[in-house]
Amino acid sequence: MSRAEIFNRIRTGLRIGADDRQRQETVQQRLQARAANLIPQRAQLPQAACIQLFIEMAIESAAELIELRHRNELSAAVEHWLSENGISQLVLAREENLQNLDWSASSSLVREERVAQAGDEASLTNAFCGIAETGTLMLHSGPDSPTTLNFLPDNHLVALSASSIVGAYEEAWQQLRAASGGEMPRTVNMITGPSRSADIEQKLQMGAHGPRRLAIFLIRDE
Amino acid sequence: MEIRSQEFKKSAHIALHDAKLQRALGNLKAGFPGKRAAAVARLPEFDALRDQARDLKNHIIEHLDLYLEEFEKNVIAQGGTVHWCRTAEDARKTILEICRAQDAKTVTKGKSMVTEEIALNEYLEANGVTPVETDLGEYILQLRNDHPSHIVAPAIHLTLDDVAEAFHEHHKRPKSDDPAVLMQEAREMLRKQFVSADVGITGANFLIAETGSTIICTNEGNGDLTQTLPKTHIVVSSIEKVVPTLEDMTLFLRLLARSATGQEFTVYNTLSTGPRRQADRDGPENFHVVLVDNGRSDMVGTEFQEMLRCIRCSACMNHCPVYGAVGGQTYGWVYPGPMGSVLTPQMIGIENAGLLPNASTFCGKCEEVCPVRIPLPKLMRHWRDKEWEKHLTPAAARSGIGIWAFFAKRPALYRMLSWSSNLFLRLVGGKRGRIRKLPLAGGWTDFRDMPAPSGKTFMQQWQERKS
Amino acid sequence: MANPRPRVGLFVTCLADMFRPEVAFASVKLLELAGFEVEVPKRQTCCGQPAFNSGDRKDSADIARQTIEAFDGFEYVVGPSGSCIGMLHHYPELFVESDPWHQRALDLKARAFEITSFLALHLDMDKLSSSFTGKVTYHDSCSGLRELGVKKQPRELLSKLPGVQISEMEEAETCCGFGGTFCVKYPEISNRMVGNKSENIRATGADTLLGGDLGCLLNMVGKLKREGIEVKARHVVEVLADMLDSPAIGEAEQGV
Repeated sequence: MSRAEIFNRIRTGLRIGADDRQRQETVQQRLQARAANLIPQRAQLPQAACIQLFIEMAIESAAELIELRHRNELSAAVEHWLSENGISQLVLAREENLQNLDWSASSSLVREERVAQAGDEASLTNAFCGIAETGTLMLHSGPDSPTTLNFLPDNHLVALSASSIVGAYEEAWQQLRAASGGEMPRTVNMITGPSRSADIEQKLQMGAHGPRRLAIFLIRDE
Repeated sequence: MEIRSQEFKKSAHIALHDAKLQRALGNLKAGFPGKRAAAVARLPEFDALRDQARDLKNHIIEHLDLYLEEFEKNVIAQGGTVHWCRTAEDARKTILEICRAQDAKTVTKGKSMVTEEIALNEYLEANGVTPVETDLGEYILQLRNDHPSHIVAPAIHLTLDDVAEAFHEHHKRPKSDDPAVLMQEAREMLRKQFVSADVGITGANFLIAETGSTIICTNEGNGDLTQTLPKTHIVVSSIEKVVPTLEDMTLFLRLLARSATGQEFTVYNTLSTGPRRQADRDGPENFHVVLVDNGRSDMVGTEFQEMLRCIRCSACMNHCPVYGAVGGQTYGWVYPGPMGSVLTPQMIGIENAGLLPNASTFCGKCEEVCPVRIPLPKLMRHWRDKEWEKHLTPAAARSGIGIWAFFAKRPALYRMLSWSSNLFLRLVGGKRGRIRKLPLAGGWTDFRDMPAPSGKTFMQQWQERKS
Repeated sequence: MANPRPRVGLFVTCLADMFRPEVAFASVKLLELAGFEVEVPKRQTCCGQPAFNSGDRKDSADIARQTIEAFDGFEYVVGPSGSCIGMLHHYPELFVESDPWHQRALDLKARAFEITSFLALHLDMDKLSSSFTGKVTYHDSCSGLRELGVKKQPRELLSKLPGVQISEMEEAETCCGFGGTFCVKYPEISNRMVGNKSENIRATGADTLLGGDLGCLLNMVGKLKREGIEVKARHVVEVLADMLDSPAIGEAEQGV
């Protein structure tokens, strides 16, 4: 009932006649072209400059950024970060490039591969890509990367490959479409810094409901 | 929500004399406009993006039916359900039915102005479903049994002490005046709710036709927990929020946060597409999109069509000197400020909201900062046209304009009117050059002096010189 | 005459006519200095804005037709108010495109200018001289600023006067709360806005407030006087035309 009425009112308002082919073609063309609109100059840089911009913008958004030369340094860097912060528990995504990390045998760190639960202290996930324009991480859901890991734990640790950093959001959409075979994952997260709120007297407080801290482990050589 | 828009003047009087509110409004003025200006200055393409956004929105509205059909098709293809609701009543019932089908007791909610518009919370509560607001601002308001005064910063009218008091009362903990402690308290309290809720309700900033996705743009992360943890995710949104593609959504994202809070980007921009996939280990099993019309389709093809471009950034109210003086609750319904003064009469009737489009000096600041270039003063003036046509303009104003226009259309008589008024004011003003009290001009002289004319009218003097 | 001077029709504006004739005389003087022949058409009254902003489109259109006719034949129409000239720019909205008055309204719009923006285009600024000395602050009136783009022009003109020192106020572009009928329909809100404005004016330490719109100036002067703030106010053309013999707006006559 409502549906027909709503469409009827819209079409009456737009004075749509019997022959509507032109409008339909216009719409289909736009949907299929997926053309970019204006992309700011800031987002159109050579790769090295993109990485540099990503670092600056991520830090500006209050993320912590730890640079690593190789992925084989990741586990030690994560262990170091956690122990410095007195955290002894880590929940991991089951993603391929988080497997077979060289965790130290002596560490008392408790590692689990599962979805997040209330009370989790820290999670480690893998970013699909980084977007330099605003220092934004893109992550998406999947069997090996549950979304709760990105939001429930107090500390969110993210591994980001420098080679995956793009300049503009538009490049990220293209890569996402290519990687997912055109099918959107249930959830796509664009994350820029840790959780915050200014709802009390407009004074910014970090750590509202999502992670209080966001640590990005930027892996250079991949 | 009770409609109190026709009490605007009385509410404004109270607001102007409420020292605490005025202090809170000072926080707004000191924050948003400067931050927006700084963000705009960092992006040289900002104005060009605004032009494109305006044009794209116009294109969308001209093809609104087709993009909505495409969106619906793709939500269904992804395993979701779309519900079309012509009225607020339809929307409330639809949402309750979904909740009942899940046997839901508690519903967590992300911030959503459309659910305020349809007065969802009161309705759910009356029907045995407990809504829990999870956005910090909305949570504070819910504890206080209060309503948002701003579409982005809902609790902007409250002070730290108001929040501390509300938390102390409801959380049964020692009263703290440290915002960090208060936020921590809210975090702890709501954590349990996120995990135990049966249904999560969020709004949507945009609906993407190409993919059937919805997106929320937030800073706290509460919306993400709301939509990821419960078994059922309901998106409540409105029909004008559809955009063609992810690329088109991106155009608006570049404008939204900068216009709203002056951030480069909101912390969490999250796309939801259908329910969880077969192998996914978390995410909702059911995905519903409730699309609310509530008067929007009636704006298509009218002088108010341009209002459908609005992306709810709040820049208009952040920069409005009237909003800044009286705050959002004075507007007496859900949407305050300039955008509210255009939208509210459409949704609750001009006869119930006529004071709103009149409460503007037409200074034009709102249009100057609008990311989609909505000519808000022009649209407010169109409401005044409607009032005049329907004889809703107050009688005194109507006859005043009528008498004045009678003279203005007769130059010789108008000269005489100017001549006699000029003489009268000069006599009253005497040599002091100004008048402190003038009968029938209390609106002016209660608060300011009236400068007296400095001599005979120009037309008189010009004639004298020519002859 | 071989090369007759182009004719400008002066749109006097109601407030200049009734409250501050100096403003119209100063406008005439400046336009003549710029080389124009100035006339004051008798059939002009008000621009019609009070009716337009009250939703009374019929009277607005009647007044618009009268104004269009009154200024037929002038190369330019110039007035000392961004608000009133802005209203002339709204005239095309009052007529459907098929109405011949629509085209006439567009034609008037193309010829209608606010005085400082007109002078900035047509006056050899080196010709300006004024005996004015003092520290001034400038209020940007909304209609001129946002509908007509008046911002730099008055400042450029003032910068040619060695005696003028400009001290910009905070929120120079924020509305003073006048808003035509707004100030009497919502007096308390208007009062708050003009109160903020007078505080910003006071804080500059300027001795004179200048502006390009008498409505706003009368509002701000009224508030400054009521609050006992010792800042004088003039329309910018009075300073530019060196017409400073009259007391400033709302000031007592000499010796009183």
